[in-house]
Amino acid sequence: MSDPRTGADGGGGRPAPPDVAALTDGEWHRLHPATPLLKGGIALAAVLVILFNNAREYVVELFVPGGRRGDEGDPFGYVVDKGWLGLLLLAVVVVIALFVGGFWLSWRMHTFRVGEDVVEVRSGIVFRTNRRARLDRIQGINIQRPLLARVFGAAKLEVTQAGQDANVTLAYLRSASADDLRREILRRAGGAQQTHASAPSAPGAPVDARGAGTGDATDPAAVAGTSTPGRIGAPAPHRQGFGGLVEQRAHEFLAPELDPDEAPPRSVVALSPGRLIGSTVLSGYTLFLLAAVVAIVISVVTTGEWFLLFVLLPAVLGSGGFYVNRITKSLRYTIAGTRDGVRIGYGLFSTSNETLPPGRIHSIKVSQPLLWRPFGWWDVKINRASRSSTKGAAGQENTTILPVGDEDDVRRVLELVLPELVGVAAVGVAAEEARAGSSASADVPEAVASAAVPVADGSATGEAAPPALGGEAIDDETSATGEAAPPAVRDAVEATTEHTLSLVEGGLRSSGTDGGFTVSPRRAAVLRWFSWRRNGFRSAPGALLLRKGAIWRQLVIVPLPRVQSVGLVQGPLRRRLRLATVHLHTVQGPIVAEIGALDQDDALGFFTTAGREAVAAAHADRTHRWSEETP
Amino acid sequence: MDRLDIPDAEWNRVSPKYVWPELIGYLVTGLIVAGATVPLWLIGQWWTYAITAVVVVVTVVVAALTPRRVRAIGYQLREDDLLLRKGILYLRVVAVPYGRMQLIDINRGPVVRALGLSDLKFVTAAAASAVTIPGVPADEAERLRDRLVELAESRRAGL
Repeated sequence: MSDPRTGADGGGGRPAPPDVAALTDGEWHRLHPATPLLKGGIALAAVLVILFNNAREYVVELFVPGGRRGDEGDPFGYVVDKGWLGLLLLAVVVVIALFVGGFWLSWRMHTFRVGEDVVEVRSGIVFRTNRRARLDRIQGINIQRPLLARVFGAAKLEVTQAGQDANVTLAYLRSASADDLRREILRRAGGAQQTHASAPSAPGAPVDARGAGTGDATDPAAVAGTSTPGRIGAPAPHRQGFGGLVEQRAHEFLAPELDPDEAPPRSVVALSPGRLIGSTVLSGYTLFLLAAVVAIVISVVTTGEWFLLFVLLPAVLGSGGFYVNRITKSLRYTIAGTRDGVRIGYGLFSTSNETLPPGRIHSIKVSQPLLWRPFGWWDVKINRASRSSTKGAAGQENTTILPVGDEDDVRRVLELVLPELVGVAAVGVAAEEARAGSSASADVPEAVASAAVPVADGSATGEAAPPALGGEAIDDETSATGEAAPPAVRDAVEATTEHTLSLVEGGLRSSGTDGGFTVSPRRAAVLRWFSWRRNGFRSAPGALLLRKGAIWRQLVIVPLPRVQSVGLVQGPLRRRLRLATVHLHTVQGPIVAEIGALDQDDALGFFTTAGREAVAAAHADRTHRWSEETP
Repeated sequence: MDRLDIPDAEWNRVSPKYVWPELIGYLVTGLIVAGATVPLWLIGQWWTYAITAVVVVVTVVVAALTPRRVRAIGYQLREDDLLLRKGILYLRVVAVPYGRMQLIDINRGPVVRALGLSDLKFVTAAAASAVTIPGVPADEAERLRDRLVELAESRRAGL
């Protein structure tokens, strides 16, 4: 190790800012000193459990004479009788020392550094590994805090990259510095340090104001100032000693899962526990469970044989654990928009949260299981290029970003995860409010007019109507046009409103050509019995939308810059029907973006435009450096 | 328009010699499958012979259609993407933007090599869009690959 600065990531009582400054200064650093304990804790516990298991009878005998039955099957007693107890204890101590030594050595040899555009990790005792990850290729950064690690105030940071087993894992770091390190890595990955001029436009103005002034992000003071805007005011880190430490831990445990400084509250989508429980109970697993119970009852009643009961009962009994597990893992679920992408966090005891920078989501599927339909619930899944070792909430794949939500939640999540559509969506929201306001004010002129009429009548006798009131009251038509003063603006707003409303509502519930979708022709009913009216596609700015399924409704959204290639397929049966299928190829994941049973001319048109737009969008795409100003 | 086809596309055909590797492949597969049904004859029932006959007939029909199928393979280098068409009964068209190509393989099997041909394979980040142009004359394959790499380099895009 050239220059390992052990002191930097040291004791828990140190305030955070200098730590982070040190962690990102481009030098080699070690992980949290408790790492050997956290990683080796399980092995040590196993040794102790084995020992205790064997010694149990002996220990019992010490207190309850006569409880022990000779030598049979009691290795511990055998050892003691032979007088080898000292030897055994020595062996245990040696084994434990070896373990601890091994983990300690592995911790000594495990170093990392964060440079201007790479994260680099060196590890391994005998077989050395050196892994470098380019920052602009980051697919996401995940911070996990297992229960045990939380007790020690440690966290695991995983930088995910595209591909299998391509992640850089830093386990474990100090809990507070993990958050700050992520923020700093994302800031560098986003290319913000290169945009000196754009400092005022960035949301984190103090960041760039200080960091960009020197233009040198390795300057520790600047980095410290940048990465911990909200932490300086936190009381706990400055308290020294054991009491302070306990207080700090308690503070960390009780702190809300999502740091309020991190995301504007408007952008946060949370999950209510009631809906979470309801959605879990109404899952397909419940159907299976009910079917199993019914099968057991029927088989027992009709045949009088109990064999099915024994086969299926364990599964039925085990399901309680399944439900509890799913629900506790998804509790405190939040999705929020931060400056550096979408942040997804969850977990009650062991927490996990991940930040996905813009442009790292390759396709999105909003779907509705049949049982959720009466409640209007949906879930949202994504395709992503990286494979994280981390399971998502509820033990699902971490490709599920919204386990359950209503239409409003879905719309807000879509606004978060589709940065290409954010501008449009924001206009949509504004337009929506404007429209709500205008519809309210559309009521007002009538009231004003009706109220004004008697006034005008009364004033007509006196001939002393104030000009303003008179002008309003004289002609209803002029007041109406006056109310709609900028008609062009309102039309534009209306159009964008229609547009963004149709994006969600048109995609989720509508059928036919509502929402600008091109749907299958009538003859496709042979292949899409119920859904031929709904089965359709449309292109939106920056994305392609596929709407499918009348019973199991779903909407697949593929951001245009993420389309890898486009395919058009027609088999013999579809040729007879003059139908065809279009595939939008994206990275592998739970979503397959294809739309079948389209009229072949429509399909050909979609194939052509999708290909052309995908090329243009990929060319214009700048999300690999998302904070960088386009020149 | 009756047949689904890309308007005003000028397809480059693959070498007509590519019929041979395809044909040999089908005949060998057919022979192996037919051979596997032969032990059934020991049962002595009439339908065991019928199974073998069906395998032979299917193989012959598939083999007979091979020239048409090879003629149906076409590719085209458009301005921004590579267009590839395959299949007569089961038509597939794929458009791969140059900037999306992650790597290009040249594969040469024994028969293909004996005929002086090569297979070009393109890989993108999406497993579904793996695209192969088979039966390109070897020197043209090299040229095509260099050209495509150059195009991909000039239109480089992220994931």
